Amino acid sequence: MLKEIVARCEELAFDLSFSRAREWKSQGKNRVVVGHLPVYFPREIIHAANGLAVGILGGGDRKLIIRGDAYYQSYICHIPRSIIELAIDKHFAGFDGFIFPSICDVMRNLSGMFQMMGEGKFVKYLDLPQNFQSHIGGTFYRYELQTVLNEVYKLNGIEVTPERLNHSIKLFNINRTLIRQLYDIRQEFPWKMTAADLYHIVRAGYVIPVEEHNEILESVVRLVMEERGDPMDKIRVLVMGAFCEQPPVGLIRTIELAGCYIVEDDFLLGARWIQGDIDTGSTDPLESITSAYLEKSTFSSSVYDIGNPKEVRLLNLIRQRKVDGVIFAAPSFCDPALLDHPILQKECNDKNVRFISFLYSENTGQFKVIKEQVGTFSDSIKLWDEPVLKANL
Amino acid sequence: MAKEVAKERSMIIQKEMITGHFKELGAAKETGKKVVYTFVPGNISELILSFGMLPVYPELNALQSGMRKKSGDYIRDAEQHGHSEDVCTYVKCDVGMMLNGNIGPTGEKIPKPDLLLLSYTGCFTFLKWFETLERLYPGVPVALLHTPYQEAHKITPEMTAYMVKQLKEEVIPKMEQVSGNKYDEEKLKSILRNSSKVEDFIVKIFDTTKHRPSPIDAYFAGVYYIGPINSGFRGTPEAVDYYAELYKEILTRIDKKLGPITPEGEMEEERFRLVVEGPPNWTHFREFWKLFYDMGAVIVASSYTKVGGVYDMGFRVNPDKPLESLAEYCMNCYTNLNLQQRVELLSKCITDYQADGFLVNSIKSCNSFSAGQLMIMQQLERKLEIPTGFIESDLVDPRYFSYSNIKNRLESFFQMLEQRKMILTRQ
Ligand code: SF4
Ligand code: SF4
Repeated sequence: MLKEIVARCEELAFDLSFSRAREWKSQGKNRVVVGHLPVYFPREIIHAANGLAVGILGGGDRKLIIRGDAYYQSYICHIPRSIIELAIDKHFAGFDGFIFPSICDVMRNLSGMFQMMGEGKFVKYLDLPQNFQSHIGGTFYRYELQTVLNEVYKLNGIEVTPERLNHSIKLFNINRTLIRQLYDIRQEFPWKMTAADLYHIVRAGYVIPVEEHNEILESVVRLVMEERGDPMDKIRVLVMGAFCEQPPVGLIRTIELAGCYIVEDDFLLGARWIQGDIDTGSTDPLESITSAYLEKSTFSSSVYDIGNPKEVRLLNLIRQRKVDGVIFAAPSFCDPALLDHPILQKECNDKNVRFISFLYSENTGQFKVIKEQVGTFSDSIKLWDEPVLKANL
Repeated sequence: MAKEVAKERSMIIQKEMITGHFKELGAAKETGKKVVYTFVPGNISELILSFGMLPVYPELNALQSGMRKKSGDYIRDAEQHGHSEDVCTYVKCDVGMMLNGNIGPTGEKIPKPDLLLLSYTGCFTFLKWFETLERLYPGVPVALLHTPYQEAHKITPEMTAYMVKQLKEEVIPKMEQVSGNKYDEEKLKSILRNSSKVEDFIVKIFDTTKHRPSPIDAYFAGVYYIGPINSGFRGTPEAVDYYAELYKEILTRIDKKLGPITPEGEMEEERFRLVVEGPPNWTHFREFWKLFYDMGAVIVASSYTKVGGVYDMGFRVNPDKPLESLAEYCMNCYTNLNLQQRVELLSKCITDYQADGFLVNSIKSCNSFSAGQLMIMQQLERKLEIPTGFIESDLVDPRYFSYSNIKNRLESFFQMLEQRKMILTRQ
């Protein structure tokens, strides 16, 4: 049963035709489909406007790049070229709009390319504020979200009332809670479900209605609890740096096959961005979404961490998830992730947390070297490091 | 042997200004002047000056290190300290320079910052860069000024209000605290009055490339011309004098029908007029320029000279609305324009300055410029039917400057321009 659900999720997660979203759109009046790029976007607001926010995560290793390379130099990461390829091949036909959250210059300029290519009926670069005071950054964030809502309103004329928005927030709160539960289960019993399976289940939620995803998650939580599985002698790792361009699933599998349990990661960070629930009882729910962004955001390379250093947050996560070692895996040429690494790795060094790092691209096909590297890492921790780690954390 | 650059008075003035600035920085400890590290695009140096503080621009240090052939070692040192080969080399060059004692271009040690002013306009790497600096200078206050992007082709009142609030509640209080001085709006206004004059000069100067021959090179020499406005002098009387002098010299060149001054001497025959997109390479700047000089190619406009502010579309600071003006200035920098606006601006340059070709110098380091450049090129080609060329290099990493590659590509590009010229003449 669990196997079937996972297989269905895998199919959904990598359905580059976004069939379920198209089907959903055709099943009702005034429905809109809005694509959003990594990392975080409050999907609640699109839901409340009778829309479906669909996560766009690139073509991975399932889309051959033919024309995309003509748009990007070799020293730019892979994801924008696969997204352009998808756009040229009309994979986004029927999408009404696109949201590009502000995470880096590549994504920012990709939003301009979408504008020039005339993709969708609107293209919005969503400038996430880097000021976290409610009357400064909060006001601006609200304005940005309102701009999105105005665009959708122009398309379908649906008024987003506080009731509608509170209802949508409720559904996404459930979604986040269930995903959190799955991560917690894997934290305790990582052998009950592989990281790749969890990945497929969470990623499926990027392309289907939240109601359907919640049902899937509920079943999965129940079924995983029933699983027994056999614990294996593996180290527990946290994977960092993969928040935008996604690692190929083969890489996630390789890490686990090479002697690790991935008990924490930032693969699909957008789905877990808000830590905790968003208030659902307010007469001004847009404000609740705004304060959640300001106060409950997780840490990420795309957010300036003034007053809330990311290395401290990483250490907390390491402690909380009882991690034995960190794998810094970042897409080649990803400035945001790679510029964080010296900071985070220094902290790991200072605190005697073992780590390794490597680069990947969403279409990496060979994992032999990575497997060896991870295998050696895992062996060395199993043999030598446990007491050191415990003493230092 | 390479010839010495013919020095005009404006060059001497600029050199004195820059040397004076680094001397002041060198003496900051003794004089008690506070030092603010900040960035060139969207630099609010008028505000820094109004508090009597001294700005330092890490990118300019990196650029200078590139020109002085020191960047290769600095980058290597930063990579040995864990920085990836794949990221912006300006950051690594700066980190490397710090690791090597933070010695500035004039040989003086650059003092540590008293304030890190992260006004990050048009580039996310600035954000990451300052996260790195913040850790290298623990305890130094950080003031963050987030500049919204012109994603919808415009600056909205909400964007300006967001910036003004940040200036009032985040930046100014920190400047007051660090400098010990109160915010003095009248002083800021008077500084901005000079900025406005300087902006007028800048527009007039870069507009002289309409002449044939063009009296200046708007890329290679252009980077010197924008030096003072991008290194903390915008709004100073010295800057007004410098630009007045420079403009006067250029007018004289126009009268005499002279081409640009280059390190190889005066350009005698103007064969090609180009518009260039992207920053130059600094590690081989002179050789790079010579490749164009040898072909009689003059750059009549470049996007890089607009990185610290775009004035040719009409924007001027308004001293009567100082903070709003600073906000709009930041939002108007070249890399803060969306791609369509960049295409429009470049297209205007190509048309106004009657360019024969459009060239992209794509910089490995700089996603802010590079991502999307190929599409800009396609659009201009289609829209204006202009020949386009493409070369690749880096700002300060000498490993990415391949002389023969660039030369080959440029030769083919110039051949294409030559052929087109012949066809057009026949027609
Ligand atoms: S992978 Fe990194 S550099 Fe590339 S688009 Fe994503 S965040 Fe930007
Ligand atoms: S990415 Fe480009 S604009 Fe940004 S710091 Fe590096 S060189 Fe400067």
